[in-house]
Amino acid sequence: MRATGWKLLGVAVALAAAGVLIGLYVGKLTTDAGSKPYTVPVSTKGGHPVVDLTIETVAAVGPQLSPGHPDFVSYLVRDAQGKWLRRTVWRLPANATVHVTIYNFDGDSGLRNPLFGRPQGVDGNVFTLDGKPTQVVSADDASHTFAVPAFGLIVPIAGVADDAKNQCGYAPCALSMAHRTIEFTFHTGKAGHYRWQCFVPCAAGWIDGFGGPMQTIGYMDGFLNVE
Amino acid sequence: MTTSTAAAPDRREHGKRVLLIWIALSVVATPLVAVFIDRVIPPGNGSAQASEQVFDNTWMTAIITPVVCLLVVVFTYALTQFRHTGGELVDGPALRQDNTVQVFWVVVSSVTVLFLAGFGSYELLKNGAGGGQGPKPIAVPAGPKMQVQVIAQQWEFTYRYPSFGGFETSQLVLPANTQVELHVTSLDAIHSFWAYELGVKADANPGIDNVAFVKTKGPLAFHVRCAELCGLWHGYMFDIGRVMSQAQFAAWIKKEQADYAPVTKNLPPYAKTYLPDPQRRAG
Repeated sequence: MRATGWKLLGVAVALAAAGVLIGLYVGKLTTDAGSKPYTVPVSTKGGHPVVDLTIETVAAVGPQLSPGHPDFVSYLVRDAQGKWLRRTVWRLPANATVHVTIYNFDGDSGLRNPLFGRPQGVDGNVFTLDGKPTQVVSADDASHTFAVPAFGLIVPIAGVADDAKNQCGYAPCALSMAHRTIEFTFHTGKAGHYRWQCFVPCAAGWIDGFGGPMQTIGYMDGFLNVE
Repeated sequence: MTTSTAAAPDRREHGKRVLLIWIALSVVATPLVAVFIDRVIPPGNGSAQASEQVFDNTWMTAIITPVVCLLVVVFTYALTQFRHTGGELVDGPALRQDNTVQVFWVVVSSVTVLFLAGFGSYELLKNGAGGGQGPKPIAVPAGPKMQVQVIAQQWEFTYRYPSFGGFETSQLVLPANTQVELHVTSLDAIHSFWAYELGVKADANPGIDNVAFVKTKGPLAFHVRCAELCGLWHGYMFDIGRVMSQAQFAAWIKKEQADYAPVTKNLPPYAKTYLPDPQRRAG
């Protein structure tokens, strides 16, 4: 009887340990999986933290940055040395002003909901598209969006024209190639773990464009770890 | 009924004790449950439907309280009175059929279950109970209703107000003390719109107009969640909605109409469902 009791206790402990390990693994999958956190450099202005975040969107991430999925559409972030990294989990300071520059080298895919063609949550509800203040991008012209729903932040990203010359095939893409430039400013609030995503179903080759890179952290989705 | 190792002559005495303890416990517990449990039963008192759900759950819990008491008493009595306390283990007396007990059990169980089924069906059909009723609802509350469309997409709910020019916004705001007719649909995958404190839950399926009704009460902040696993960010598909006074709601509508004017003209004409063309990229 005593030996059976110890066996049962051993099985219970093993099951509990397995549960904890599975929980940790799932937790890891739903936070940083597929993308090591990148700490965005911070400066201060009048004692207030200010961040310049430069990112780009590419139609195909290429074999250098993603040997397993070179055809995935993706966001990339530029580090302090000017190198493009395939990382979509970014560390930012709390209560900071974030100036964002997005270079988009991708064509338009189209929004399913035209509402997301209007910027929300950015300073003045206006962003600049190729240097021009813009209030709305039509659903057909949208290539991607950069959205942090917890901040009420949604910015549409217009696409490169189909007939544009010198289009970029695979990332990283040089700024001499055809692209659109989107600039806007938003503010991080209190510390927290906020997801960001693209609202354009832009995953080529997947049903309705929703699979693959749209469902994988490290490509069209990520986190803002506000600390 | 008896599996005791106690002597056979004690069976009736055990039965009497169990019966008396059960009656005493039920007489005390049932009114307590009926009176006090509504304070902890979800979803609260945020709308007429939520209050009705609390009422239903309170009374159904009260009705099953004697049943729970019987189980607790029998288990506890058996564990304390029929313990083996040493000596050689022997089989208990054989179980024998008792027609009276069987008939009593079947009749009481049937009456209880049928009553609960009837009570639940009546409450469900009275005004829909806050649930999605599909495109042709059968439990439609009387009187005027304000329409609001809930549009689900990966991974955010947006809301359209057809009575106010058809503008669309990312926030759900409702006027207080108003009968609201929610039209829930999806642009992509299967979602489920769950406004917790309002007691509203309706599936959001692409190409389907799922109608649910809710009668708001006073000002309130309520949680909106997706209740159907819908992809990577399902767990983050939540928001806060608000019920505000009629005057505040009118001011909010005016502000939102102005804020969203640049994009309202780009929206498709208001319809019960939307099936956007397959994207150029999609496979």
